[in-house]
Amino acid sequence: MRKFNKYCFILALLILVAGLAGCATTANKAFVTEESQVQLRSIQTRAFDTTDKKKMMQNVISTMQDLDFVIDKADLILGSVTGNKYLGNAVITMSVTVRPRGEKQLLVRANAQYGITSVEDPATYQDFFTALEKSIFLTAQQVD
Amino acid sequence: MPTGFLKPSEGYLEKRSMQSRQYDTTNEQQILSAVAGVLQDLGFTLDDSETELGLVSASKKADATHGGQIAGAIMLDILGAIGGASPNATAQCDKHQIVKASVITKPGLDGKKTIVRLTLQRIVWNMNNQVSRVETINDPQIYQKFFDGLSKSIFLEAQQI
Repeated sequence: MRKFNKYCFILALLILVAGLAGCATTANKAFVTEESQVQLRSIQTRAFDTTDKKKMMQNVISTMQDLDFVIDKADLILGSVTGNKYLGNAVITMSVTVRPRGEKQLLVRANAQYGITSVEDPATYQDFFTALEKSIFLTAQQVD
Repeated sequence: MPTGFLKPSEGYLEKRSMQSRQYDTTNEQQILSAVAGVLQDLGFTLDDSETELGLVSASKKADATHGGQIAGAIMLDILGAIGGASPNATAQCDKHQIVKASVITKPGLDGKKTIVRLTLQRIVWNMNNQVSRVETINDPQIYQKFFDGLSKSIFLEAQQI
């Protein structure tokens, strides 16, 4: 009987450990990235030779609108823009931040989520920055 | 995950012109308060705003039931019942929706006008309270209705009514 109790105790302990391990893995899942932090930054970030933060943000917003995003939030001081796009039955959420880099440049960083997956594909971000480049060019050239 | 979803789709320029109007004023704040007024006129509640950048975002819950759709579904259910199956098509009918609106204002290129751009999307739930679809609203008439209201609202605000 004593031996049986001992087995029960070990079993209970194992179940507890398995349960706790389960909790840890799902929470961890929210912090997992495929790419390394440095790689991800370089994929998601571009520098532009301008210091006009407001104008850059206006361009970011119009580019996102051209890409079918509906803008939810924006903040000039923080330099952030957040929007949603519906594609089929999937929701794409993207936030873009604009911040100064040195005295002559602005850094623009975009990060997108497709459903519950983080977008880490360099080509997808390149598409966004290509569209953004064109938007800035359009404004400068007064073509609408 | 599909690729190329951050590339402008074909016809994005037409969509831009459908969603945008220009107003002969440089007073963006006046336009923004008129925008907020029109959104309220249309029954929206304001979710967020940033006057410095020219953003107002708002949303509205609305009925999404559609007579034709429900009639069709009931017919299908009856036919199914006769055939010995239970398709329960009525449960797949649209029930309610949330429409999200976001309005952006920015100075025109000549510096004398203000450009206003509205974008709309909606989430639709079915009778089972499941999300049945999410989509961007592309009906020009809906956009026109908003801008008609905005023109009136700007006039009313200018006249202090």
